[in-house]
Amino acid sequence: VVTDMRTQLGRTASDLVESDPRVAVVLAEISVDRFARVMRSAPDRVINVGIMEQTLVGVGAGFAMEGFHTIVHTMAPFLVERPFEQVKLDFGYQGLGGTLVSVGAPYDYGTEGGTHHAPGDVALMLTVPGSEVLVPGCAAELDTVLRGTYANGRLTYLRTSVAQNDEAFDVAPGRAHVIRRGARATVVAVGPMLTRTLAATEGLDVTVLYTASVAPFDAEGFAAVAGDDPSVIAVEPFYEGTLTPALTDALRHVPSRFASIGVPRRFITTYGTLEEHDHELGLDAAGIRHRVASILEDGSSGASSRRAST
Amino acid sequence: MAIRIGVDDVRALMARATGDEKHDESSTSTLDAIWVLYDRVLRIDPSAPRDEARDRFILSKGHGPSAYYAVLAAMGFFAEELLDGFLEHGNPLGSHPDRNQVPGVEASTGSLGHGLALGVGTALALRAKALHEQRVVVLCGDAELNEGSNWEAIMLASHLRLSNLTLLVIDNHSSELSMDPWLERFASFGWSAVAVDGHDHAALEGALAARSDDGPNAVVADIPEGEW
Repeated sequence: VVTDMRTQLGRTASDLVESDPRVAVVLAEISVDRFARVMRSAPDRVINVGIMEQTLVGVGAGFAMEGFHTIVHTMAPFLVERPFEQVKLDFGYQGLGGTLVSVGAPYDYGTEGGTHHAPGDVALMLTVPGSEVLVPGCAAELDTVLRGTYANGRLTYLRTSVAQNDEAFDVAPGRAHVIRRGARATVVAVGPMLTRTLAATEGLDVTVLYTASVAPFDAEGFAAVAGDDPSVIAVEPFYEGTLTPALTDALRHVPSRFASIGVPRRFITTYGTLEEHDHELGLDAAGIRHRVASILEDGSSGASSRRAST
Repeated sequence: MAIRIGVDDVRALMARATGDEKHDESSTSTLDAIWVLYDRVLRIDPSAPRDEARDRFILSKGHGPSAYYAVLAAMGFFAEELLDGFLEHGNPLGSHPDRNQVPGVEASTGSLGHGLALGVGTALALRAKALHEQRVVVLCGDAELNEGSNWEAIMLASHLRLSNLTLLVIDNHSSELSMDPWLERFASFGWSAVAVDGHDHAALEGALAARSDDGPNAVVADIPEGEW
C-alpha cells in the first residue's frame, strides 16, 4: 500500500517534532488528525490555531523569530493565496526560514470546486525572493525533502499532491534527474507529472528530465541535456508557463523553442475526481501524449508555444 | 555618575528625525508609552539586543516610528547620530522599522495587522523554551485594530491563555470606525483589559507591569484628539 503524501507529512513532521526540540508545527484545522500524537506529547510546539490563516502564518513566523524551525500547514489556497502578505512579509521580508506545506493544489480535491483549487500557488510563491519551491512526486520524496530542508534557514514552499509517481528519486533543492535520453526534444516533468509523462512519451525520441525542485531550478543540468538546438516541453502540475522563465533563462544563449503543458489559465468550474479533471484538461497520459506528438509534428504547440532567441 | 535621561531628552532626539511629518501624531502619541516600557518595564539589555532572556517588544503598527527610534537611541541600542539621517538612502532608519537593519527592533512592520500574530507566535515560542519570566508586548494603533487579522490573534491568544502577552493599544482616535467600548470588547474575547491616560507615566507603568495569571492583557492608552 502506497502511503499518501498527507499521511507522510504527518509522520515525517511528527518525527521531526520528536527528534528536534526546535521544530514547531502550526496547523489550521486541516490534517490535525495526522498530528494527534505530537499534539499530546509536545503541546507547546504543535499548535492548531483554528480557522484563521493570516494568524496561522504570522504565528509560524513568530516561532521562527525565536529560532524555531516552523512547519506551517493547510490547504494550498488558504496557505499561500489568502495570507500571501503574511508569507511575503512575515517570513520573506523578515528573512526568516520556515516550511509551508500545502495539500490540495492544483485541483486535488476536485469535488470541492474552484474555491479549493490553487493552480497559481507556485507562481505566487516564486514572487517571494529567495524562496524555495519544491513539488515532490511521491511520499518518499516528500520525506526526503522535508528532512533535508526544514532546518536550512530558507523559506520553503512544499507542495504535496494526491497523485504520485511510481518511482522515488533522491530529490533535493536545485537537483534534476535525467530519466530518459532522446534527440527530438527535452520534456521536463515536474513532481507528480513524471509517471504519466513517461507513459505519454513511450516510444518517442525525447529526453525526459524530472525535477521536484522548481526553485532553485537545476539550470545547469537542464542546459546540459537540452543540447545545441533545444526544443523544450514542460509538463507542469500548475498554471502552464510557470516554469518557462527558469527554462528560458537557462537557455538564454541558445535559440530555443518552448512549449508548456500545464493547467490552463482559466477557472475550472467542473466538479468530479482528480482524474476526471486531469482528463478534461488534457493532463492525463493520453492528453499529454497528444500534445507532445503535435508539438513534435509541427514544431509548435499552438497558443502556448513560445520562441525565444538571443 | 551617569546623568539620568528623561522623556524630554527623548523628545529632543525625536526632533532630529525629520521628514515623516505626516506621521507626527502617530509617533508622538506613542512616545510616553514606549518610553515607560523601555525605561521602567521591559528587561532588555541594549548591549545584547537578541539575548534570550530579554522581554520582546513589537511595534506592530510600524507607522510613525520616530518616537520608537528615539527611545532606542536614548537607551543606547544605536548611535543617536543615525536619527539625523532618518529616511535617507543608506540610513537604516526608515519610516517603518526593519528588524534586520535596526538593533533592538524585533519585527519588520508597517503593513498593519501583522504584529499581533507575530507576538502570539513569539509568546508561544517563549513558552516552548520555558522562558516563563519573559514577556511580549505588542503595540497597535486604534485604527490598526480595524484589521481583521488582529481579531483572529486576539481570539487565539485568550484560547491559548497567553499570560505572557500584552497588547498595548495607543488610542489616538485615528480610527474612522468607533472602537469603543474597548474594555467590554476585550473582555468579550477573554482578555483582561484596563484603560489609562496615555500620557500618565505612573498609570502606564502600573498597567504595563501587571500580568494576569491566566490569559493575555490589554492596556488601552488614551490619547485625546489634539493631545497627540
